[in-house]
Order: sequence, then C-alpha cells, then structure tokens
Amino acid sequence: MAGTSRLRRKRVRAAWVFLTPMLGLLALVALWPLARTIGYSFTDANLLHMEDAEVIGFANYLVFERGHWHGVLADPLWWLSVKNTLEFAVISVGIETVLGLIVALVLHTSFRLRGVVRAAVLVPWAIPTVVSAKMWSWMLNDQFGLVNHVLIRAGMIEHPLAWTADATLAMKAVIAVDVWKTTPFMALLILAALQMLPTECYEAARIDGIHPVRVFFRVTLPLVRPALMVAVIFRFMDALRIFDLIYVLTANTEQTMTMSVYARQHLVEFQEVGYGSAAATLLFMVVATCIGLYLVVGRVRLQEGT
Amino acid sequence: MKRRATARTVAFYALVALIVLYAVFPLYYAIVTSFKSGTALFLPDLVPPKIDFGNYGALFAGQPFAGAIVNSLIVATSVVVVSLFVGVTASFALARISFRGRPLLLVTILGVSMFPQIAVLSGMFQLVRAMGLYNTMGGLIVSYMIFTLPFTVWVLTTFMRDLPKELEEAAIMDGASSWTIVTRVFMPLLWPALVTTGLLAFIGAWNEFLFALTFTLTNTQRTVPVAIALISGASAYELPWGIIMAASVVVTLPLVVLVLVFQRKIISGLTVGAVKG
Repeated sequence: MAGTSRLRRKRVRAAWVFLTPMLGLLALVALWPLARTIGYSFTDANLLHMEDAEVIGFANYLVFERGHWHGVLADPLWWLSVKNTLEFAVISVGIETVLGLIVALVLHTSFRLRGVVRAAVLVPWAIPTVVSAKMWSWMLNDQFGLVNHVLIRAGMIEHPLAWTADATLAMKAVIAVDVWKTTPFMALLILAALQMLPTECYEAARIDGIHPVRVFFRVTLPLVRPALMVAVIFRFMDALRIFDLIYVLTANTEQTMTMSVYARQHLVEFQEVGYGSAAATLLFMVVATCIGLYLVVGRVRLQEGT
Repeated sequence: MKRRATARTVAFYALVALIVLYAVFPLYYAIVTSFKSGTALFLPDLVPPKIDFGNYGALFAGQPFAGAIVNSLIVATSVVVVSLFVGVTASFALARISFRGRPLLLVTILGVSMFPQIAVLSGMFQLVRAMGLYNTMGGLIVSYMIFTLPFTVWVLTTFMRDLPKELEEAAIMDGASSWTIVTRVFMPLLWPALVTTGLLAFIGAWNEFLFALTFTLTNTQRTVPVAIALISGASAYELPWGIIMAASVVVTLPLVVLVLVFQRKIISGLTVGAVKG
C-alpha cells in the first residue's frame, strides 16, 4: 500500500512538471494580455504612448460630464454594433442549423458517392475566411458579378444590385457568405451525433410503418437535441466575435459594424487604446457568459474514470 | 408504388447535387476567373474562353506574394511544432493522471480556446512590442499560441483518454517513469492524433487575420490572408479581380487537397474538439 501511494505521489508530481511549460506559455499569451486589456480599459492610453497612461476609472465605459453622457455605453454606434452582432449571430446560426441538419441527414443515409459528397461539403470549411470573402465579393460585384447577371437573366431583378455596399443588403450578404462558410462545420457536428444514435428506435419505427417525417420530429430530433444545442452555442460564440469576413467584405460600413469591428476601429484606426479596450472588455464579458452557458449545457466530461 | 419510389430517389439525388453545387461552385468560379484576362474577365462565362496563366504571372511578379506564402508557412509550421511539443506532455498529465485541480484546469483551457481575439488585442500588442517582436513573424508565432495551444491540448487530451489502460500499467510495473511512458509507449500510438491536431492547428494559423493585420506593418512581414486582403489595383475603384482570384486559388488548393486526403482524420478531430468535449 505504501508503495502505491508513493507511486501516486510521484505521478502527481510528474503531472505538474509536464503541465508547467504549457501553463507558463498560456499565462504569458492569454492571461497577461487579457489582464492588460482590462487594465487599459480603465486608462486614457493612446496607441502612441501606451506606457504613460493615466487611470481614469470607468470614464471609457460611462461617465456624465458637462451635461452629457460619454463612453462606450453612451455611444449609439456601439449599440448599433451590438444590435448588428446579435442580428448576425442569431440569423446566421439559425439558418446554419437548419441547413446543417438537412446536409447531415443526407450524409447519414447511405448512397453511392457518399464519400465524394462529404468531401465536397468540407470544401467551404477549408477555404480561408479572407479568401471566401474575396470570392463572394467578386460574385456579388455590382457591375460584373455573376449573382446579378443570373438574377437579371432570370427576371428576378431589373437592375444590378450593390450587394456589399447597399445599406439594406450588406448584412444579408455577410450572412449569406457566413452561412456558406460554416454550414459544413455544423453539418459535421450533427452528423457525428446522428451516427451515435441507437438504431433500434429506427427499426421499431420502420416496422410500425411510421412516416419518416414523423420519425424525424418524434425520434431523431429529441435524441440529437443535446448535441445540437452544444453545436449551436459553440457556433453562436464564434459568430459573436466575427471580424475578418466583415472587414474584407463590407469594410467599415455602419450597417455591418459588429462589436469586434467597433473595438478594433477605436483601438487601431483612432488609436484610442483605452476606449477600444473598454469595448473589447465588454465583448469579452458577453462571450464569457456564453462560455459559461456552453459548459453548463454541454455538461463537458471533466471527471473521467481514468 | 414503384413510380413513387423512383420519384423519391430522383428528388434525393437532386438534393445531393444541389448541396455539392452550393459547396463547390464559388471555388470553381474563382478558378475560372483566375484564368480569364482582359475583357473576358467581365463576361460571366462559366468556362474560360482560353486558359490564360497571365494572372498567376502577374501575382508573383508585381506583388510580394511568394514572400507572403513563405511567411505563412514559417509562422504556421512553428506554431504547430511548439504547440504539439508543449501539448503532448501537458495532455498526458490531463488525460492519464488524476490530481486536484484537474477539472478546473480543463475548463480554463477550454475557455481560453474560445477567447475572442479582440478581447486581448491591446494587451497582446503591448506584449509583442515589449518583446521587441512588433512587425516580425516572431510576434505572430507568439500571439497565435493563444488559440493553437489550448486547442491542441484539448484535442490531444480527448484522444489520449481513449488509449488502453493496460499498456500504461504494464509500463509502470516495469518501473518506467512518466516521461518514458509518454515518449516510448504513447508516442508511437499517438501519431494519427498528432497529425490530425497538427493539421487543424496549421489551418487555424494559416487562416488567421486579425493579429496578422494588426501586428505587421511592412509587406515583407505579411502573411497570406493579409496580403490577399490588401491586393489593390491602379486605383481604389479598380480591383484586379483576376489576380485576386489567382491568389485565392493558390492558397486554397493545397488546403483543399490536404482536407480531402485527411478527410476522416479532420472530421474526427473537429467533432472530438467540440461535441464529445
């Protein structure tokens, strides 16, 4: 008995030795920058002189001065970017979930060439976001774009539309490209869940002659719902921090400005590190809340009987 | 009855065809566009009138694009090597040894892997500058660790949990130290997992945009995504679409080939990282 407990102690010591390089690196590249960003959000730091910043409390967030409210929380543009981010996240994740389910169900049935189709579905996922933004902005080009050409030919529109520049269309274009790019990921997660389902329920339903649509809503959907919820929250968090697609596709138009775009604009273009950090910290708090939700809903296996 | 079954099969294959078309067409059209030049570029033909490599020539002659590819390769490879190196021992500890504080560590690592990059941008900028790495590839390698390292550790941990217990017990009986177990017993079994994880981390680093855009300044230090985003024409209103599409094809085709070759591994890595948790 004394031997095993000594062995156990040795192993626990080895564990911490093994973990040290990783923890050290993570503290340097994650914890420290996060703490510094939150720290900057309480200062008047400027990009040109970040070192001699003065602490100004919550003034970057919200302050009442000379008869007016100032700070991120008093900026209508911030609230517009919050609205845009939520609108983007809810609509695109919603569409992706439905399309992802359809694609997953198709890939779950066995048919010839299934491997080829699954490979084809992975293609949008493999394309870098910046590249897919460029590919689509070419297809959505107002003068020479294929999309306008096809729609005019089909008689659905009379004049070419400026998909990425028009205020009412820009967000739709962003959502369309994001759906194209991330549906494969959703489909694969749902497919993995479908493949883990017991086949007995289906057998029973088939023998009883129940209509496939009914089987889907009564059997399949309830069974994959936990996995589906995890995938939805996972994608939702990803959508909340969207930056590169919007930066490349529609640049700095207010109609598609998201929280990340807003924060970066203040940080880099206006060089207001303190103010931009405050916006970044607010975004962090929103995402952190979602991470908490994810951990609860996902009921991540943490205690394993190893 | 027979006719209805046939109709259903036709509808099913039509849906399959639609899915494939939707997924692949934008890449196909980018390839077609990259072969067009002059006025052909502005006609929506779905097949190029003739295969013209002019855009590819212009891409490598007029822009420092070859340099950007080399930069991206250096950055992504270094990030993957460091992450795997640090990640293997850490995930062994997390997967095979039970100790106090392990659940908390796992939650923290999962949380960090979901950090929005913008939330650390100003702190990271300060760190990169303090280390003297602003506008260098070193700065990108350091900053990319924030998303590749937790991802690598998480996925490797889930893979390592599934290795048979007996192997390890036999090694312990023989008096092997934990280090020997990792390097001699587990490493040979872990190669498939390392390939999968490394590939996914490589793709993540290859595609990263925000840090690369913010922490590099000069053309010689740019990575591929930033280089493509910044390709500009003679005037701000005339983007050289043929060249942009050629650049897109050059950086995408190797990735697509990789993904098709390692399809099964990638799918298992992706789903293990997110659903199984």
